[in-house]
Formats: sequence, structure tokens, C-alpha cells
Amino acid sequence: MNFWLLLTINSITFGGLLFLLSSGFSLIFGLMRIPNLTHGSMFMVGAYLGSTFLSGALGFTSDFWVAAILSAIEVAVLGALMERLLLRRLTGQPLAQVLVTLGVSLMVADLCLMGWGGDPISVETPAGLGGFVRAGPAVFPLYRMAIIVIAVVFAIALWLLLERTRLGAMIRAGVDDPQMARVVGIRVSQLFTIVFGLGAGLAGFAGMIGAPILSIYPGLDQDMLPLALVVVILGGTGSLLGSFVGSILIGFIYNFGQALLPELAYFVLFLPMVIVLVVRPQGLFGGQVL
Amino acid sequence: MSRKMSGTMTRRRLLAATTAGAAAALTRVPAPAVAAPAPFRVGLLTVKTGPLAAGGILMQQGVLTYLKEKNYRMAGRQVDLVIADTGGSPAGAKTKAQELIERDGVDVILGPLAAFELYAISAYVIAHKMPTLSLAAADNLTQRTPNPYLLRASATSSQASQPLGHYAATRLKLKRVITISEDFAFGYEQMGGFQAAFQRDGGCVVKKLWPPLVTPDYTPYLAQIADCDGVCQGFAGSNPLRFMKQYGSAGLKYPVVAGEAGADDFLLKSFGEEAIGLVSAAPYTLDLESDANLRFVHGMLKNFDAIPGQYAALLYGNCQVLDAGLTAAGGDSSDREKFMAALKAVRLTDTPRGPIRFDHLNNVIGTIYIRRLGKEGAKYGLKLWNKTVHTYENVSQFWTWPEKEFLAHPVYSRDYPPLTKC
Amino acid sequence: MTPRRAAIVAGIIVLIALPFAIGEDYYINIASQILLYAIFALGIDVLIGYAGLVSLGHAGLFGIAAYIIANVLAAGYGHTVAIVAALIGTLIATAGFAAVALRSAGITFIMITLALGEIIWGLAYRWISVTNGDNGISVTTRPMPFGLSLASPRGFYDATLIIFLLAMVAVAIFVHSPLGVALAGTRDQPRRMNALGYHVWMIRFLAFLFSGFLSAVSGILFVYYNEFISPQALALPASAAGVLMVIAGGAGTLLGPVVGSALVVIVQNVVSAYITRWNLMLGAIFVAIVIFMPEGLVPGVRRLVQATRRAAARRWPRAMASRLRSKP
Repeated sequence: MNFWLLLTINSITFGGLLFLLSSGFSLIFGLMRIPNLTHGSMFMVGAYLGSTFLSGALGFTSDFWVAAILSAIEVAVLGALMERLLLRRLTGQPLAQVLVTLGVSLMVADLCLMGWGGDPISVETPAGLGGFVRAGPAVFPLYRMAIIVIAVVFAIALWLLLERTRLGAMIRAGVDDPQMARVVGIRVSQLFTIVFGLGAGLAGFAGMIGAPILSIYPGLDQDMLPLALVVVILGGTGSLLGSFVGSILIGFIYNFGQALLPELAYFVLFLPMVIVLVVRPQGLFGGQVL
Repeated sequence: MSRKMSGTMTRRRLLAATTAGAAAALTRVPAPAVAAPAPFRVGLLTVKTGPLAAGGILMQQGVLTYLKEKNYRMAGRQVDLVIADTGGSPAGAKTKAQELIERDGVDVILGPLAAFELYAISAYVIAHKMPTLSLAAADNLTQRTPNPYLLRASATSSQASQPLGHYAATRLKLKRVITISEDFAFGYEQMGGFQAAFQRDGGCVVKKLWPPLVTPDYTPYLAQIADCDGVCQGFAGSNPLRFMKQYGSAGLKYPVVAGEAGADDFLLKSFGEEAIGLVSAAPYTLDLESDANLRFVHGMLKNFDAIPGQYAALLYGNCQVLDAGLTAAGGDSSDREKFMAALKAVRLTDTPRGPIRFDHLNNVIGTIYIRRLGKEGAKYGLKLWNKTVHTYENVSQFWTWPEKEFLAHPVYSRDYPPLTKC
Repeated sequence: MTPRRAAIVAGIIVLIALPFAIGEDYYINIASQILLYAIFALGIDVLIGYAGLVSLGHAGLFGIAAYIIANVLAAGYGHTVAIVAALIGTLIATAGFAAVALRSAGITFIMITLALGEIIWGLAYRWISVTNGDNGISVTTRPMPFGLSLASPRGFYDATLIIFLLAMVAVAIFVHSPLGVALAGTRDQPRRMNALGYHVWMIRFLAFLFSGFLSAVSGILFVYYNEFISPQALALPASAAGVLMVIAGGAGTLLGPVVGSALVVIVQNVVSAYITRWNLMLGAIFVAIVIFMPEGLVPGVRRLVQATRRAAARRWPRAMASRLRSKP
């Protein structure tokens, strides 16, 4: 009983984390058609920066949530800079984009190693969320429940952003038909920078939120990137609903796969993606932003 | 990056700059009549990146502490240290061993850290007749398939976990235990040794769990821990920290016993309250009040402001063995067979872990300490401390089995000893 | 003899003479690694350069070949059986790989191949009963083709060189064959090719098989070179390294993948001894290549050389004229 319950909670938690990571990835991919292979690096950098804010090494100590927001902003700025300085000049050249994003991810990994060392860093769960609630035989770890709440809040916020704001309308138009969007006078250039920054910021935020559970270690970037890819291909590129459903699905497969089929854990993780590609190549919710 | 092109490999030549400085200051002394012997080149295979990096960096510090203490000299020869980072992977270990031997021309190798690394380079060091003083606990290389160029002054994987099994069954009176350890050779051999000894004394292992070395979240495994009265964890590097933390936050209350790396003293500064009560067995303990240990600990504190655990202590011990062996060989390491014989014959009483000697298969015989983690006796500004509660002296790799009987069964593995109904 | 032929012959002579010039075993081994990775990169280049398809999963195919060798040898069979099994097994796996991946093109293709590569890595990493997981599998002997020993660095280099040259020839023939030309057509004008009655999917599929075959060959060389295989060899960074070699060296050229392979192997093994942060350097080199030589090193250098030559040619007549005039 406890086994199923614990794993179910964990699956949803992990799905929530994946949603924060992959929603940005999906938007970037859907809108700009850029295979952003630095997305895992953004996640890792967010976590490392957050841990530094927490540690007080910068002369001030911040609380967990402030640290998460600060690192999200920093990563968003880094992402926007990268878009402006590097990717901007490579529009329509996927080969060069692959090379540049891979090159940058190599550099980022090495810079993190330089800055934070190879020693895994563990991050304390934020104050007040370290414990768990017991309900009969069941145990609900508080922090994991909090992640679920955060993911839902972000999902709603992103939905409102896309549905109710001018920016959202522009993004939707861009995903639907980039050429048309340009024709009707949407300043695609600015939009790209904003979306790339937003996506990067979300990834950075996810990194810090995930840190108390995953801890931070060299290689975290490469553990997360394929997961984001799978979610996006499964759910459909550019689709918010797709990344939400895809994240939860992958969260379940990831957790139950490891517990029930440890030897084939990675195989079952990627299998649904292959099936979806064969049956429905555009992904479960491909072609719709929301 | 834990899974890299070939491991993130950083290496540095530490050309004993300090010694050079010290030597320069002393050059007022008349030059010796004979030409100075060639430097003794020591290659250190360690891990500076990945989940095992925490231990690997301490290995390096242990070596440097010894070399500084001896002013970078062994048996009258200047010591050149070449450090290579394997990235904690077998492939990386292989590449780096090739570099040390073929390019840097080292006279001896210290390390590597992990059992799977040592298995990967074993045939290669035999082919190149390279004396290797490893920390890695790849059991079979001093058992059924001995490597004549390997000298293990640390311990086999099961050397401490066998006494732990005995202690858990006879003193802690545990009956049904679930084992959990990394899914690599060190984990298998450690847990196998625990299981064999534990079951011989009446205990029973009911389930074995094997998370991969890099497991961001242990929950899928923790969810399977139920219906037992104890857990034996054999984690290494910094993984014990995350495991104990997640174990606590999953609400699990079964007592936990740990292998040699699972409660390493260097982790004491990072463990939280959740680790209190953890019982572990190890070939070295910070708690040991001997002159040799105090000298070593103070050296570590002075040089690196680091509180050592076994990774540093056992490498320091390796250096002591190396120094004694080289001295016994008259400072001559060119004849590899003679040099190995001299190393094997070394007996020491003043190592940080206590007295050591070697068996005929080149493995160490020494003391194993059983410790309980708590607040009592904490020193060096620590809040938590591993307090020695029992010692087993002169423990060999065969524990209390006769050598023949021990070697007749297969090496401990994922499936050996098998799970039995109980 | 045309200058091009002369250059090729000279190149081959240099490669044969290389071990004598180097002398040191360590560097001969580096040269072997460059050649074996060059074969891997050539295979990836068949897809990138001629089909316009970027695969980030080829290390998986490379790894399948290596694991088959290790397992077949461990089961007690000889090297011939192992090598044949590895080639056939990898081709079958490639066919499955291609069948899934070729349902897409462009960026989606990149993502799908990446995920497929990760599946194979995941199997190598976790399917302990077959792959021994992280512990890896050791291969204790190298084959002795025609009684020649490959145990020494020299012997292994010579064998790798022969295979490398064969691979170069095979790719050259393929590229100029009707299939290769049609493949380039599918890259530039997939719709028109379709309209012209070409079976675009089948053309791409066959190219994929050829590419997988080259990966298998390099995987076999890899496992014999290292005498060891573990999941790391087929992880994402290994696939990425292959792609980087091709794009950095110059996609769609024969020489580009070789230059790219040399660049990556040298930075990884030689430069890393002197520069701790060699990964940073490698990343920076790639970014610099994209900015300054987006077409890759080989075509980029060719362009520069031609540009200087043209500039020189423009100056040349004037210089000649002035020299003529100054003659008494």
C-alpha cells in the first residue's frame, strides 16, 4: 500500500518538476524551431546559482524561495544574452545551432565544474517543508507536495499568459505560422529573445526547486536534457498542455520503471515516445499551443 | 558531467614546487659526491569529478599530507607526483593508466578508487608490470584471480562488511535485513560479504536493492523497503548523505548499518540528525587515539583544513607502505619483481589505522572498527562523531573462514550469495 | 598525375610513415584513436553531409557493435564470429533505428535520434545481466588477421589505417554512386525528388544503413583498441562528439570528419595534459568555428586559401610587369 502511494506521489512530483523544465523547452522549440541542447545546462546552472545564494557566499543570505527566483532571473538573462549574441545570427541553420548549443553546454558544464567543484552539493529543503504528514499508514513528504502545487500554479500562470495577454497571442501566432506572424507585424526578433529568456528562466527555476530532491552534481544537465526531450516529443512541440500531460506521464514511467523494471528502466522511459512517433508523429497535442 | 566523452579528465603535474623551494634554501650544503638518484615517479589515479569525487579529492590530500611530512622524499629519492583524474569510470581509469605508464613513465601507481576501475585496468598493469597500490576493493584481484603487481593496503570490499554481518547478527540481534548499495562491483562485493557473514550467524537478507551510482532520487527504492527489521546500506562517495536524508524524510525508522564508506568520517560534517544511530564497520576510524593517527589528522587539518576519512587515511597508509618498501629495496625500484617482493614484506605498526601486514595474496590484514554514529566524543569542531563500540583485530580478507573454503565459493556478486527463503 | 591525386598519395604515405616518425607508443595510440573516430565521423557525415539529417544517437550503434563483440567473445566464440555477428547485429539495430527516426526530418530527427541513442545507452547502463552495467566488459585478446599481431600499438595502428582507407574509399564511391547523388537530391529537394519518382524514404534508409555500418566498424575497432567496453562509450556526449567532429571539420566533405576527429581526440588526450579546462576550450573552439567558419574547418580553410590565391593572382601580373620593366 505504502509502496504504491509513495511512488505515486513521487511520480506526480517528478512530473511537476519536468513540467517546469520542459514547458520552456517546448515553447522555444515550437516557436523558434531551435534544438536548444543547452536546456539541461540551464537547469543545472539555476541549481548551482541558487545554492550559492543560499550559502551566503555572496555576502548576503537569502531564503530558499528568494534564491530560486534570483537564480531564475539570472538564468533568464543568460538565456536572453545567448539568444541575442549567438543564436540570433544562426536563424534557419539547424546544423550551426546544434553545434553552438552543444559547444555552449560543454563550456557551461566545465565552468560549473570550475566554479562549484565536482563535489555534489545537497540543498536543504526550505524551512517548514522538511517534514511529512502522516495519514494513517501513508506518509506525505511536505516538500514534494509543495512542488506539485508550484507546478500547478505555474501551469495556470503560463496558460493565462498565453491565453490572456498580448505577448501570449503573439507567441501563439508565431507557433502557428511564423511567416504569417512576421507579415502581420509581430516583432519576431524581440519575441524570440523574450521567449528564450522565459524558457531559460523556467529551467533555472526548476533546477533550484529540484535541488533539495535531486541534489546538484556535474552531469545533472545531461540527466535532465533527454527527459525534457522525451516530454516534448511525447506531448507535442510548442504545446503547453502537451508538456503538462507528457511530464506527468514520464514522471510515472520514470518512477515505476525504476522500481518495477530496474533493468529496463530507461528502455520503458523512451518507449512511449517511440510509440507516439509511430502512431502520431506530431505528438499527443502537437499543433496546439494550449 | 558524469557520463562524458571519456570522463572529464583534469590532470596536473605537481612538480613538488614546495620541495624545490625548500631544496633551494638548503643548497648551501655542499653537493653530495655521487649524482642524485633519478626522481621516484608516483602516479596517482584518483577521481576529481562525479559522485565519487569527494572521496577522490581526499585520496589526493592523504598522499600530499604524507609527501609534505616527508618533504617529498622517499628512501633518499625525490618524489615526483603525477595526478590523473579518472572521472570515476572504468573507461577513464583505463585511459589515465595508459597515460601514466606510457607517457609519464611512472614507477608506481597509487589508486584507483573504485573496484570497477581496478578491474578495468588490472590486465593492463600486469602487462606493464606496474606496481599498483590501490584503494579499490576489487576482491577477486587478491583472491581467485590474483594480480601479482597489486598490493592492497586498504581492504577488500567485503573485508569490513563481513565483520559487520557478524556484529549485526550477534550484537544488534537483527534478523531480517534489506541491503541497498550501488549497482557496481564494490556494492556487490560489500553486500555479498555482509550477507554471507550475517546469514552464517543466523540473520537473513530478505531483499537486495541496487540503485545506479548516479541516482538523483532514491524514492523508487525507498518505497520498496518494508517488512524487515534493519537496513544495510553500502553507499560510497557522497551518496550516503543523500540516501540517509531521503531515508529520514520518507519516514523510515528501521535501524541502518553501513559498510566502510557508508558512514565515512569525512561525511560527519555534512550528516544531519537523521544519521544518528548509524552503525558502520571500517578499516580506519577518526576516533582512534594513536600517535600515528593524531599526526595524520593534524597534518590533514593543517594542510587542507579537511577532516579526513578512510579515503585519505588509507592513501596515507599506502604511501607509508611505499616508503618502507622502497627503503627496504635500497631505493631501487627498477627491478619490478624485487620491488614488489620488498613491498609485500612490509609490516607497519604506526599507520593511522593501526598495525598492518600482508597475506600471501598481497592483501592487508588489519583491524576493523565498528562505530556508532552519535554526538558523544565529537572533536575537531564536529557535532556528530563515529564512536568506536567494538574492534575486530587481525581481520583478513577471508574473515573467519579457512582460505580454501572461502576461495571455493564464487566471488561475491549481484546474485551470490543468492536470496534464500526465510 | 593531377595535384589532387598527388595530394592523396602523399597523404597515404604520411599516414603509413607516421608511426616511424612518432616512435612513442602513446602517440601512436592517439593516432589510432583519431583514425577509428574518423571512421565513426565519416558514418555520421553520410547522414549529415549528404542527406541533411543530423543524428545524435550514433554512439548507440557504435556501442551495440562493441557490446556484441564483448558478449560473443565472452561466450567462447572466436574473433571472426564476433566480428560478423557485430556487423550483422548492428545493421539490424540500425534498420530499426532508421525505421523510427526516418518518420521525421529536420530538428525532430535530431531529437528522436538523441532519444533512441539514450535508449541504447540506458540498456547498456541498466541491463546488467547482458552488459554488466557500469562495471563494463573486458575483452582480453585482439584478433590476428592473417597471422599478424595487433597486440602492439604499431600493429593496431596499421590495421586501423587499412580499415580507415577502405572506409574512405567506400564513402567516396557511395557519394558518387547514383544512390549517393539521389541522396543529395533528397537533401536539397525532397519534394521534387518524390515527384520525380524517387523513393525518398528508401534512399534515406539505405544511407542510414551504410552510416550504421561505418559506426559498427568503428565500434569494433574501439572495443579492440580499449579492450574494454562500458556504457560511457555510448552516452550522449559520445554521439555529440561525433556530430561535432563532422560539423567542425566540414559536413559533406571526405576530409572534414577526419580533421574534426583529429581536433577532438587531440584536445581530449593531448591538450588535456596541459590545460585542465580542456572541455571549456573544446566548447569555445566549436562556438568559434560556428561564428568564423560556419561551413567547417576544411571548406573554410579551402575558401581562405582560394581567396588568398585570387588576391595573389590579382597582384601577380602587376608585380611581373614591374619586374619586367626594371630589367635592364
